[in-house]
Amino acid sequence: MKMFKSLRVRISQGMQVIADVRNAKPVGFRGLPRIAAGECAEDCSACVAACPTGAIRLAPLSIDLGRCTFCGDCVLACPESRIELTTEPRMGAASREDLVVTAGADEYTRLRANAGFAKLFRRSLKLRQVSAGGCNGCELELNATANVNFDLQRFGIEWVASPRHADALVVSGPLTRTMKDAVRLAWDAMPEPRFVVAVGACAISGGLYEGASGVERGFLDEVIPALYVPGCPPHPLTFVNAVLDLLGVSTQKDRFT
Amino acid sequence: MIVHREATAAIETLATDAWRTTLLERARAGLRPVTMYGRRDGERVLVTVVHQDGPRLVTSRTSIAPAHGYHELTSELPALHCFERELHEQLGVRIAGHPWLKPIRFEGLDQAAMGSYPFYKIDGKEVHEVAVGPIHAGVIEPGSFRFMCFGEHVLHLEIHLGYQHRGVEHRLLEREPRSLAPWIETVAGDTSVAHGWAYAAAIECLVGHAIDPELELARAVALELERVGMHLSSLAGLSADLGFLPGASTYGRLRTTAINTAMQLCGSRFGRGAVRPGGSGMRLDPELTRLALDNIALLRRDGAIIDECFLSARSVRHRLASVGVLSPDMTEQLGAVGTIARSAGIPIDARLSAHGLYEHHPIQRCTEPGGDCWARARLRIAEITASLGWLERVLAEPHAWKPERAQLPSLPPGQLTIAVVEGWRGEVVHCLETGSDGRLVHYKIQDPSLRNWMGLAVAVRGNDISDFPICNKSFDLSYCGNDL
Repeated sequence: MKMFKSLRVRISQGMQVIADVRNAKPVGFRGLPRIAAGECAEDCSACVAACPTGAIRLAPLSIDLGRCTFCGDCVLACPESRIELTTEPRMGAASREDLVVTAGADEYTRLRANAGFAKLFRRSLKLRQVSAGGCNGCELELNATANVNFDLQRFGIEWVASPRHADALVVSGPLTRTMKDAVRLAWDAMPEPRFVVAVGACAISGGLYEGASGVERGFLDEVIPALYVPGCPPHPLTFVNAVLDLLGVSTQKDRFT
Repeated sequence: MIVHREATAAIETLATDAWRTTLLERARAGLRPVTMYGRRDGERVLVTVVHQDGPRLVTSRTSIAPAHGYHELTSELPALHCFERELHEQLGVRIAGHPWLKPIRFEGLDQAAMGSYPFYKIDGKEVHEVAVGPIHAGVIEPGSFRFMCFGEHVLHLEIHLGYQHRGVEHRLLEREPRSLAPWIETVAGDTSVAHGWAYAAAIECLVGHAIDPELELARAVALELERVGMHLSSLAGLSADLGFLPGASTYGRLRTTAINTAMQLCGSRFGRGAVRPGGSGMRLDPELTRLALDNIALLRRDGAIIDECFLSARSVRHRLASVGVLSPDMTEQLGAVGTIARSAGIPIDARLSAHGLYEHHPIQRCTEPGGDCWARARLRIAEITASLGWLERVLAEPHAWKPERAQLPSLPPGQLTIAVVEGWRGEVVHCLETGSDGRLVHYKIQDPSLRNWMGLAVAVRGNDISDFPICNKSFDLSYCGNDL
């Protein structure tokens, strides 16, 4: 009887994997902003006032994805409807400057593959996650990357328990003072070559907690991340695509060639 | 949901002895303490205790000189244990005779201070200690656990939290009080809707803004979707820790369906933006209704199949039954709330004890006897089923929702407001107080985790240390919601 129950589960499950993670567009998702070309109304700074994290600059209008929480308040505030949030989840960047979205650009600067990382980690990348003040949003989404839908493991990328087994330290949260030593210990335990991935607005810029009383970001000032994954929290597709972009993997097939 | 408001001037500040007597009388009358917090008032500290009396909240207040302090209440009213610890830590109130004034979150200190904290010790030839954390083996929040073991047997667990302390409550006082939603939604990011709603309800109550019943219903839909998604997440995690792989993968993918439904309705898998003071970010039209109902039908159909497999698997039952028991008596004494209380048979549920929305749209009351890991798993399954049935009934009626915001007036001076919302872990409590100039002088947030962590420590006593991951997952508490 037990076997039949398990079989029923298996049949109901079917195939749940998202086959083409590179082009998937989650329905309803507030993702990559698009800024329409043109001019803002004179003396208008409604979007800047509406933004909780100071992600928006004017003249010219730009949005820093490293601060953006994708709340969409700027979209509602703009009298000219210049800002739109598309459902595009691919937003990763290898440098802080590349996270800034400006007007008129037809396409967001795609994350360029890093030849060195591609050579080293393209076939196997082990990740150690450390949350330092993360609200469990980023942590749940990072966990989701390994579920049957997003299935990060198919690309040879895995979450590991020990920093000694890891190639990359994936940091979430604004970095709390009470986690300062633990983050450093985890990093020191990792063998070279190694790099840091900053996940979510909190880790990238401090986000909503920039300058908050319990936050001390010294570690990330010192060890500059090689990869930034924006979001609050980032969609699993944002994370998966950012890592694949960095490693220069363009399709699933590509991984094995 | 329960919302309470009163003018601070109308709250009688009792002498400390009279206040103690009041608290003891209320306990004898069977009133349940909901929260207790202090705030600075010049040189003194104003301490407020909130009790639940049926559908109402009642407050009592005293003023204490921190250096003089008062004699502890925890021995007589153990449910106040965490609040007295917090009062001591945050405001330096001397609490004479308190059995254990360990800091709740090591506020303002760095990790070195946490590292040198003197844990309880047990002496004995074969007694040993196991220290875990703050970084755990999985992708989860940090926290530290110190086990005192005799062989495999856990004699005591001391939980050491504070690694997630960001300074949320300070930050809330630095910003415009009507625009705090993005911060509130990250208090515990897996409970964005419940915290968001408690905040919005408190602000609306303060400024006297009445909410349209349809808008409130939209919020409740977001809240129940959050409950379904997170209970599924708990069950997936619990299955993984049990080594029950059908549960791990199927509950995991069902969670994807549940939270993607939330994303279709409000743009975020975590319900971010679903609730704003005076408004809502939820949208619903015939097309979206059909989509949501299809997803709910799938969750009910496939959920029933995996539930049957999970509940009838002897390996699962053997691993969970009689493990991590929190007795009803202990649950009540510790003041545990929400899913932890309900799986020990104690029917605390802010949705059902209050007037309002859930009276018009009733939801099934769920409790399970036992207080063990098995009861906590069964309760989550029962609550998922109840919430999905509720969502199906609500969405069967035609609704048209679109995102809306209201311009709210500034906050009135001299008011205290308390809002209680039943999130997926339990009651989320927000207490706001405005000063004589209408500025926010205090914002106290209480995630249910604050009260439930001690339950975990007690539940693992007498168990094998290898049962800890299962016990911890069956509680599924928030670290950041405790550390704030």
